[in-house]
Amino acid sequence: MGDKMQVEPRIEMPKIELEPDLVTKTPAAKTASEIGRSIIEVRQLDFYYGSTRALKSIDVDVPEKKATAFIGPSGCGKTTLLRCLNRMNDLIPNVRIEGSVKLGGSEIYDSATDVINLRRRVGMIFQKWNPFPKSIYENVVYGLRIVGINNRSQLDEVVEANLKRAALWDEVKDNLHKSAADLSGGQQQRLCIARALAVEPEVLLMDEPCSALDPISTAKIEELIHELKHTFTIVIVTHNMQQAARVSDITAFFYLGELIEFGETAKLFTNPEKRQTEDYITGRFG
Amino acid sequence: MDLSNYADPATAREKILARIPMRRLREKVIETLLFLSALSSVGITVGIVGILLYESFVFFKQVSLIDFLTDTQWTVLFADPHYGIMPLVTGTVVTSAVALLVALPLGTVIAIYLSEYASTKVREIIKPALEMLSAVPTVVFGYFALLSVTPLLQRFLPNLPGFNMLAAGIVIGIMIIPYVSSLSEDAMKAVPVHIREGSYAMGATRLQTALRVLLPSALSGIASAYVLGFSRAVGETMVVAIAAGQQPNLTLNPMEPAATITAYIVQVSLGDLPHGSVAYQSIFAAGLTLMLMTLVFNIAGYLLRKKFREIY
Amino acid sequence: MAGARSNLATGARRKFYDAAFAIMGLLATFIGLITLSALIIDLASDGGSRLSWQFVSSFPSRFPQQAGILSAWVGTTLVMLVTALTAVPLGVAAGVYLEEYAPKNWLTALIEINIANLAGVPSIVYGLMALGLFVYQLGLGHSVLTAGLTLALLILPIVIVATRESVRAVPGSMREAAYALGATKWQTVKDHVLPYSTGGILTGVIIALSRAIGETAPLITIGALTFIAFLPDSPVKAEFPFVSFDWLMSPFTVMPIQMFNWVSRPQEEFHLNAAAAGLTLILMTLAMNGLAIYLRYRFRKRIRW
Repeated sequence: MGDKMQVEPRIEMPKIELEPDLVTKTPAAKTASEIGRSIIEVRQLDFYYGSTRALKSIDVDVPEKKATAFIGPSGCGKTTLLRCLNRMNDLIPNVRIEGSVKLGGSEIYDSATDVINLRRRVGMIFQKWNPFPKSIYENVVYGLRIVGINNRSQLDEVVEANLKRAALWDEVKDNLHKSAADLSGGQQQRLCIARALAVEPEVLLMDEPCSALDPISTAKIEELIHELKHTFTIVIVTHNMQQAARVSDITAFFYLGELIEFGETAKLFTNPEKRQTEDYITGRFG
Repeated sequence: MDLSNYADPATAREKILARIPMRRLREKVIETLLFLSALSSVGITVGIVGILLYESFVFFKQVSLIDFLTDTQWTVLFADPHYGIMPLVTGTVVTSAVALLVALPLGTVIAIYLSEYASTKVREIIKPALEMLSAVPTVVFGYFALLSVTPLLQRFLPNLPGFNMLAAGIVIGIMIIPYVSSLSEDAMKAVPVHIREGSYAMGATRLQTALRVLLPSALSGIASAYVLGFSRAVGETMVVAIAAGQQPNLTLNPMEPAATITAYIVQVSLGDLPHGSVAYQSIFAAGLTLMLMTLVFNIAGYLLRKKFREIY
Repeated sequence: MAGARSNLATGARRKFYDAAFAIMGLLATFIGLITLSALIIDLASDGGSRLSWQFVSSFPSRFPQQAGILSAWVGTTLVMLVTALTAVPLGVAAGVYLEEYAPKNWLTALIEINIANLAGVPSIVYGLMALGLFVYQLGLGHSVLTAGLTLALLILPIVIVATRESVRAVPGSMREAAYALGATKWQTVKDHVLPYSTGGILTGVIIALSRAIGETAPLITIGALTFIAFLPDSPVKAEFPFVSFDWLMSPFTVMPIQMFNWVSRPQEEFHLNAAAAGLTLILMTLAMNGLAIYLRYRFRKRIRW
């Protein structure tokens, strides 16, 4: 084996084959399978914070290598649902989940599921960027170090490749060992994206990634999403309808813990089927 | 980890999956070690209680409990030994009472002052200064009590003996002022803002607000501070060992020398103590008494503080 | 009109009491501070003359002029070494467990009650336990090891509380970022939580050790000798294996006990020695507290969230 990796250092994390037969034909699934294969299938998901029911019998599909948006007014459960997809809600005490979430056909709420590995396959970007108080370089490679990859030259290539993917490379390439805290908000968020991409996830979850950013940084990240969705599946939660309309292929509208409508973005925004969807989109409530 | 194997997903997946049981085991081992560390605190309590009870049990097989509680002399090391704990208890109580007479008024006044009167700047100077007071080793306070405070008191009380409970008590009191004042101040700060503002809005002065509104509202919190302060004073050793003398003396007069429970334990430990003798076990019986006293006060202090928190 | 006049009078009186109390408050505070200054001045004037290189490098002796604190401060250093090496791992581990791992059940509550209770146990009781358990039951004798273990258990609650507070101050967003990348709980603690709480933990440890340095009663109880004219074996040796553990089992004395011994003597010359020893002790504790405050400030500046 040569010392030099190929120019495109893609670390092939093992992927589990999708099994199309397991995709059941709920209405949401039908729509999704018309669009493409579903990488995530949520069936009859109920979620409780203590005794409060935050999600009610959710059925939704996330098609592979597309951008799916979750929209809805505050408190409708879209972020809760997002965090169910990589089991981040496990960290909150006193919660209960019923129902099924499948990634690539395998149930993730199974007791045998390796949650650590799940979170590598399904990455997350948070509303408030949270780079570690380390250098830019160390932030990007952290996900690799924790699986034991420490070879300097390999890490160097991973850093360059992923900072390029996150459209941050040109701005920081001379300062990789400076602290991440010295970057602007938009840059820090893109750093978090680079960090998440470095572990080669299959799905990238984004929880209102631009809500704390200025319009220019927001535009940069939206452009990023357009690029990334060719390689990764993206699920983005946003309270900004125009953003959903700009970046997503599929949109799901939630209200008070229920999935109201789900379908192709263009259609949902121009000709929604449900009255509530239309009311929300036209701004009658929000 | 050799990345070259990643070119083949199947091998790579095997490598990662192979690490999973190892990883789970490692996490479990680490969590167990951390848990055992936390559990050690329970072990310490068990050790303390166990040793005290065990040696006291041996002691009480040779000395009757009635004698222990009612005899008025504690002369363990004499040829004709007496084992009455009362002299040591009175020594402890009188010294601590003197300490409280100093610490409670001063501590409360300071607490009121810091909470209602002092500006932030003043508070930022005073609080660390008081903290420094509690950072001084108690043996140094003992030196001070014997060689500075007693001579000073003898100027006003010419008959004051060189060893006495008064000097020791006063110094202990000063020593625990920061403790009492900071606990009391916390209690007063916890009173909700609207109650305080209500009083000021009616034109009350700071003093009136403090005395008529804040103290009553924070009463159980402040009572808790007092009780815990007493517990601290009771457990104090070096000041009394140095300045109050080490002669057990059943008296309520603070101007006499006396031995506290703690001073007795020190005195015996300084000498040659044959392991297994009654004298050896007597220090554990004394220690058990001390432990019970402080335990009662600590629990009382805790319950009072809890009651205070519940109101708000 | 009489009513209005009496109202005015009451107002003036109230304000007078208010102002009078302000003065009282200041006075009360000053009593504490004045005592502290008097204490230090006392020690300095009595013992200042005795502080010298000779004092620091001599053993205690029957002749006050020749006596020194050599065995005492060496003993303090060795005992503190054992104390720190025991209390820090044990206390930090316990604190990390309680903050990051412990479920909310009765066992956790029992542990927390225990820690709170231990903080209120008089220090001499720790000495009694150590006497019965370490010295006799476990046969560790009146040694440096016993002393170090005793003080470690004494300051353990302080270290645990300092660790818990520092760990709690690490923002949850750090942990979420690590978990979302697939880090295990221990990796998150090791790589993020612990490094960022090091400052607070270190500060707490230094304050705890400065408490331990002044502890006298428990060490007298376990049989620390008050007159030692020799030093324990050095931990570092010239021949293989270069490290020796004999010093752990050696008899010893510490600074506060040496001061106690001198102040208990009737001769005034020994009192001067006691003052000098006390001055040294206070300087040590003040220096440690100052170091802790400085470190807390430095660490807080370095990490920006």
